[in-house]
Amino acid sequence: MQQLLNQLIQEGYFHGAPMELVYAGFMLLAAFVVLSFFVAPLAGITSWLERRVWARIQSRVGPNRVGPQGILQWLADGIKNLLKEDIIPTAADRRLFALAPYVVFAGFFATFVVIPFGSQLIVADLNIGILYLLAITSLVVVGILMAGWSSNNKWSLLGGMRSAAQIVSYEIPAGLSLLTIVFAAGTMSMQGIITAQGWAPWNWFLFYNPFTFVAFFLYFTAALAEGNRTPFDIPEAESELVAGYVTEYSGMRFLFFFFAEWGNLYVIGAIATTLFLGGWQIPPVTDHPILAGVLQFIVFFLKAYLWVFVAMWVRGTLPRVRVDQLMSLCWKYMVPLAFICLLGTAAWMVIWPQGNRLASFFMFLIGLGILGLFLKRVSFQIRHARPVLYLKPYI
Amino acid sequence: MQLSPVIFYLIAALTVGSAAMVAFSRNIVYSAFSLLGTFGGVAGIYVFLGADFVAGVQVLIYVGGILVLILFAVMLTHRIADVQITNRSVGRIPALVVIGIFIFLLIQSIRETPWAKAKEIVYAPTTTIIGEWFLERYLLPFELASVVLLAALIGAVVLARKETRE
Repeated sequence: MQQLLNQLIQEGYFHGAPMELVYAGFMLLAAFVVLSFFVAPLAGITSWLERRVWARIQSRVGPNRVGPQGILQWLADGIKNLLKEDIIPTAADRRLFALAPYVVFAGFFATFVVIPFGSQLIVADLNIGILYLLAITSLVVVGILMAGWSSNNKWSLLGGMRSAAQIVSYEIPAGLSLLTIVFAAGTMSMQGIITAQGWAPWNWFLFYNPFTFVAFFLYFTAALAEGNRTPFDIPEAESELVAGYVTEYSGMRFLFFFFAEWGNLYVIGAIATTLFLGGWQIPPVTDHPILAGVLQFIVFFLKAYLWVFVAMWVRGTLPRVRVDQLMSLCWKYMVPLAFICLLGTAAWMVIWPQGNRLASFFMFLIGLGILGLFLKRVSFQIRHARPVLYLKPYI
Repeated sequence: MQLSPVIFYLIAALTVGSAAMVAFSRNIVYSAFSLLGTFGGVAGIYVFLGADFVAGVQVLIYVGGILVLILFAVMLTHRIADVQITNRSVGRIPALVVIGIFIFLLIQSIRETPWAKAKEIVYAPTTTIIGEWFLERYLLPFELASVVLLAALIGAVVLARKETRE
């Protein structure tokens, strides 16, 4: 994006204008475009899709009234929540209560700065891309604690505490598994990591060695926990805490939290795609820059959205874990495993500095085998579940 | 119009303003949350100095780690807001004298330090250089810091174990 701007400046479009103002204006414009034309529809449609997928998993129909198949449900929900009265409880701490949704939202939205949708389509390819991602998402914890405390409600406070403890704990396995890839790529820049991979699956970092293969699943699990998703949604466990830290929120403020949650699903998928699944890399089919850019965007979007779908699937399938199970899973299993992955990859790089093509290919075959087994199981389940209701697409 | 001085002063005002809020706020939870502005502002100043890696680590460690820990401590302490924080055993006049001496020393040291002013800040990647220096030139301090952190970790485990045994 910056290259485009520099090119525009060189061609004299902003002649005489102060350069810093041009850059600042461009940044604001980029934020506006990304928010209104990408993140908002994305989070909205994800919310609708999640309700539909979830309904199908539970043999229900789900929202199908607004628009074809109910695809405009998120617009209706948004308008409804905008028009709602803005309720702040009397006992709540007004200033922090009002501020908390924005802090959470800022922490989520700022991640889009470094998400690479294509070789040219990135807001800023920061040199410290992954570090920036990990750092800026820690704002979310502060926002959640703020919401939990300022609501002056015991469920909110407990939910906020649980959420913060969970995010802080799971940040360690997530960060370590990301670090594994930083080792292999030798850079923290998002574009640098993608260009270190290839379009073919056996060139992805997922199959770089057995350790990165494990690290991917560690990252995805930890990211689900960080995003407060089922099976790790104890901060908002309905049966125990009403709605956790969002109990007292209503209207648009409530929506801000869930906007961030649904959008965050896509961010998880995008990070997993960038680090492990080759990002926007496409086979060399076209030289046309715009066509290639569109193809790259589509490839990246689909890869990332696949993991959004998997997260929905997981949410519909698995029961919620207990608090102690959550913590023991993180500290007793995932953190040691993440350290093993990190050290294993380091040793691998000492032995084979250029990577081991044969091992990558072997890992790819193993991955295919696992996928095949999984699909076999799923098809078996579907065949034996009399899928009359949920395979009929137009109900 | 130059925009970067304006942004710099905004960030500086945010840092100092939140720091003042931390010190002067009557509500300790407000103080804790104001640290967010201070830590964020310091990270912004690091960005202005061209230290990208340090800025990222500042946010990661201070906002994501230390601030959350402080908030936990504040929120989990029973009736922390009702505690009379002012220490009444020492009068105001000795405090004034001590602070006066301290400010005098501070100003004196600021005036006598030969401040080196960077001619030009180079916005270049710093991560590689930091990594190399940690493992070459400053290996001993780096390892010492690791040992201190390890000792702190073991200490925390020992403290936590004692509590459960009783």
